[in-house]
Amino acid sequence: MTELPFAITLEVGSSHANRTGSWRVERPVYIDRLPPCNDACPAGENIQQWLYHAESGAYETAWRQLVVDNPFPAVMGRICYHPCETACNRVQVDEAVGINAIERFLGDLAIERGWALPSPGVDTGKRVLVVGAGPSGLSVAYHLRQLGHQVHLVDASEKLGGMMRYGIPAYRLPRDVLDAEINRIIDLGVDVRLNHTVHDIERERREGGFDAVFLGVGAQLARRVAIPSGDSARILDAVSYLHQVADDNVPLLGRRVVVYGGGDTALDAARTARRLDATDAVIVYRRSREQMPAHDVELEEALKEGITVRWLSTISNFEGDHLTIEKMRLNDEGFPVPTGEFEELGADAVVLALGQDSDLSLLEHVADIAIDDGVVGVSTSMSATSDGVFAGGDAVPSERTATIAIGHGKRAAHGIDAYLAGHELLDSPRHELATFDHLNTWYYSDAERTRRPELEIARRQNNFEEIVGGLNEENALFEARRCLSCGNCFECDNCYGVCPDNAVIKLGGTQRYEFNYDFCKGCGICVSECPCGAIEMVPEQI
Amino acid sequence: MIIMTRQPVHFYQVGSFAVGNRLLEVSDRTVQSDPQRFDSLDSGHRACQGCGEALGARYALDAAMRATGGQLIAVNATGCLEVFSTPYPETSWRIAWLHSLFGNAPAVATGVAAAMKVKGMNDVRVVAQAGDGGTVDIGFGCLSGMFERNDDVLFICYDNEAYMNTGVQRSGATPPAARTATTEAVGPEPGNVFGQGKDMPRLAMAHGISYVATATVADLHDLENKVEHAMQLHGARYLHILVPCPLGWGSASCDTIKVARLAQETGLFPVFEAENGVVTGVSKIRHRTSVESYLSIQKRFRHLFAGSGRPDIVARIQAMADQNIALYGLLAEDAPAEITREVSA
Repeated sequence: MTELPFAITLEVGSSHANRTGSWRVERPVYIDRLPPCNDACPAGENIQQWLYHAESGAYETAWRQLVVDNPFPAVMGRICYHPCETACNRVQVDEAVGINAIERFLGDLAIERGWALPSPGVDTGKRVLVVGAGPSGLSVAYHLRQLGHQVHLVDASEKLGGMMRYGIPAYRLPRDVLDAEINRIIDLGVDVRLNHTVHDIERERREGGFDAVFLGVGAQLARRVAIPSGDSARILDAVSYLHQVADDNVPLLGRRVVVYGGGDTALDAARTARRLDATDAVIVYRRSREQMPAHDVELEEALKEGITVRWLSTISNFEGDHLTIEKMRLNDEGFPVPTGEFEELGADAVVLALGQDSDLSLLEHVADIAIDDGVVGVSTSMSATSDGVFAGGDAVPSERTATIAIGHGKRAAHGIDAYLAGHELLDSPRHELATFDHLNTWYYSDAERTRRPELEIARRQNNFEEIVGGLNEENALFEARRCLSCGNCFECDNCYGVCPDNAVIKLGGTQRYEFNYDFCKGCGICVSECPCGAIEMVPEQI
Repeated sequence: MIIMTRQPVHFYQVGSFAVGNRLLEVSDRTVQSDPQRFDSLDSGHRACQGCGEALGARYALDAAMRATGGQLIAVNATGCLEVFSTPYPETSWRIAWLHSLFGNAPAVATGVAAAMKVKGMNDVRVVAQAGDGGTVDIGFGCLSGMFERNDDVLFICYDNEAYMNTGVQRSGATPPAARTATTEAVGPEPGNVFGQGKDMPRLAMAHGISYVATATVADLHDLENKVEHAMQLHGARYLHILVPCPLGWGSASCDTIKVARLAQETGLFPVFEAENGVVTGVSKIRHRTSVESYLSIQKRFRHLFAGSGRPDIVARIQAMADQNIALYGLLAEDAPAEITREVSA
């Protein structure tokens, strides 16, 4: 020990011996919080993470991160109702990040550049029967292939895609895009059998020697209602109508088409009719606009295209060329009740869009399966029985969107994987939600949302040209950079810069940072000034 | 006049507001984001938790070190900055650093600059630094002389608006209504008086020196730009940095930068720069806010909100902020005639 002057304990020249970390009663720690977009995504996408890659223009990396969870970016970038954008924290700053538009940009770019999905996993020798080639069936097939299981995919229709092809009109989802993304999945080695209706799922499973089954039959049966009508009255249902149009087998409905119902399918039918031979397409719905189950954006587009809606109306009679409509009113509970007032409406055909049911007759011989209210009861891992029958999509209780079905497919694939390995699938714990109050939004640049181009109304007649355009490389980059990266460090260096005690170590690359607790006094400035809420203070164990 | 072009940074998520950004060119990032930054003021100093002055000093001196390629001598007046950084025999300074008295730092710096000149070491630059007490009160005579002789020194004042080291006594930079140990929150006019005190940046401008600027620890890019610009000039220059003091202001230690940001965003602390006595640029307020948001998170103003509060006094403080906004044209839509170059936001 060197000789030091009286009352002096430290060497000259540095203050490093003074471990100011001992002053601390709380310590900052780096954490990842769950971004609200990820939390809201029915397909379970890690949106924040793929946006992170897109922000630097690493589009292929972004796309690869995206398809870990969802093999349909170009389809979803068109038809998803993007609950992620509703949940987006940026809504409280200016407007939500255009996640859906960027997803489509990445999906389209992947098709254009021919990026391939990740190769299938090592073969496990297990075989899974997937009934129904809609979004849930294709999603489960994709994820099962990734996990190394063999997939036998059957569908009653002529082509793959289910409701994505036979329910969603081409002006919302061009068929070449759909085909491209489906083919990419099939190319992973999915064994496909089309035009094959499964009547007894147990027999099909037994005879084929399958280790597990996934049921994704959708909801193809249109609900009907008895409308007193004359012999010449033309009444058909929206499911068949859209299916026939998709098959290029267009039924002639006349100039005046009335669609009965208030869901997205009703709007699709009315907008489709308007593009074909109808000069008037009218929707008759028994409740008010606020109660309409269709998504607002679909209704707005329909109204722009000249579709009219008769709110609070029911069809009581249909004679040859006109309908009798009864006006309704809402009672105190919000239910529509008849008023006894009638009016007439000219019509050449009525399309019923009153909801759909699943045809579950193929489950007749399946023991211990719970069918309630026309849908199959499932666990969180989408299993319907204890012996390897799983289900998803519109045939199980859900809000019935393609995105939800894709999410079911992913969950079911992991459920099946666990079942085949002989254990239960455990829910992985979720991080705490990165709510707006965790953010310091002062640091984010002001930037308005980028709008996607839309086809002019006048050019939407008589064709099925896609309505919504895509982003280009430049504005997709801009839009991606509007992401606040809620709850996840994006290496802005704020914590490293604002520490008065130089107690943050910058690791560089993508390694983020570390605290030097020898000197951190626990002031908490790093937590306050972290733009995205990726640091928290925790009490020190004293 | 030297016209420096600062292009506003293209949109990069946190653009030019955060310390760094992986998407930015390295040259557009701050000195502080550099993993090899100098850390002129090292760890182990004894400043309070969340000290704004420790932060401001590292920001300013690291930027000056980069601008001069490390050829820098700093002269320090007595005050918090000296007490917490250099209790004998420790030192947190990693640069050539010279102690002086409370009042004579400008004169010592003048001497150092003259000595360097005599020795022919023209590349060595001199910075002098002091708190607001050492600048506006005790060292004012020496500082005014240094300005008047146009000695080649950048003088940096770290303004925490009172004598914090000795126990929070009022200085000539203490704002009206603030409680200090010598301006108690009692009587009909609690806290510091209105209408007195010194507006040091304008006093410096009145000397007609080549460069005067204000900055806060809440806008790092702006602060570093000003230091870098100042180091490109010669003669007497003055930089006035607002550095919140959690102890003396009664703000939470985690709010140091927030308080500084609010001082700017309310208009109470105008951030501007001036050359040869003329204002040449102002930092616009991005999100204007009322003075309550600034005052109410500081215990030195608590008496303005306790009980039924003193809305009359808050209104007088708001009027001061409004006057600054009008005088300097702090709102985005304002474009005072005297502004000739943009300060990057």
